[in-house]
Amino acid sequence: MENDGTRVAINSNADIVEARQKGRALAIELGFDGSDLTLIAAAISEIARNIVDHAKTGEVILNSASQGSKRGICIIAKDEGPGIKDVAKAMQYGYSTRKGLGVGLPGAKWLMDEFEIDTKVGVGTTVTMKKWLH
Amino acid sequence: MHVPVLKQGGYLIASVQSVLSDADLLQLRDDLAERVGQFRSRGVIIDVTVLDVIDSFATRTLRAVAHMLKLRGAETVIVGIQPDVAFAMVQLGLTLEGVGTALDLEEGLAYLNRLSKKNVKHGK
Repeated sequence: MENDGTRVAINSNADIVEARQKGRALAIELGFDGSDLTLIAAAISEIARNIVDHAKTGEVILNSASQGSKRGICIIAKDEGPGIKDVAKAMQYGYSTRKGLGVGLPGAKWLMDEFEIDTKVGVGTTVTMKKWLH
Repeated sequence: MHVPVLKQGGYLIASVQSVLSDADLLQLRDDLAERVGQFRSRGVIIDVTVLDVIDSFATRTLRAVAHMLKLRGAETVIVGIQPDVAFAMVQLGLTLEGVGTALDLEEGLAYLNRLSKKNVKHGK
């Protein structure tokens, strides 16, 4: 990673909009276009909402990514919330502990090329996802 | 940003002007539920042409709006979902089941006109 990236503090649902707009802007800068921009913005929306719904506050970090000859975008959503007890269950489509559709995390995974969750109950959750330029 | 709601004959047209936060969406829901009563509207068109993302919350809220308005006696049609937005919604597995959709404002009006004719025929 070339720099520390753009950080967007997530404290309320209004910040979700900011995170996805900044993510979209960075994606354009990195060379993404067309439907990829919408897919990236939608994925950011879902993981940022996950922070608001479960941890209340956290941050989204937007960065460029590279791996070998691949170039792309890396989006990290970090919180110090309650953590996820059962990650396999949380990644099941349609499973929601709250009022949601249970689409957020599994949906974001489908939209991106790489998706990782690091979570510990009582410590917090970090979601790292990447999309590569084709 | 607040969504303006215009009265057009027996219908209401909510024309989304910019990106919407969750709070804006909920405000739109409440506005429409109230206006449908105020203007005795039979149909509502929500124009989302400018939205670049319709995520799970937006989908859920639009579905809730349509179902609420149906309970208030009005049909809802969502118009203007862009191709990329539709693609992302499909990828996310999001559906607007039970909610009318049409290509644009013109088709949305035609959709509501067809529905109201059908209802007249059946004596509703």
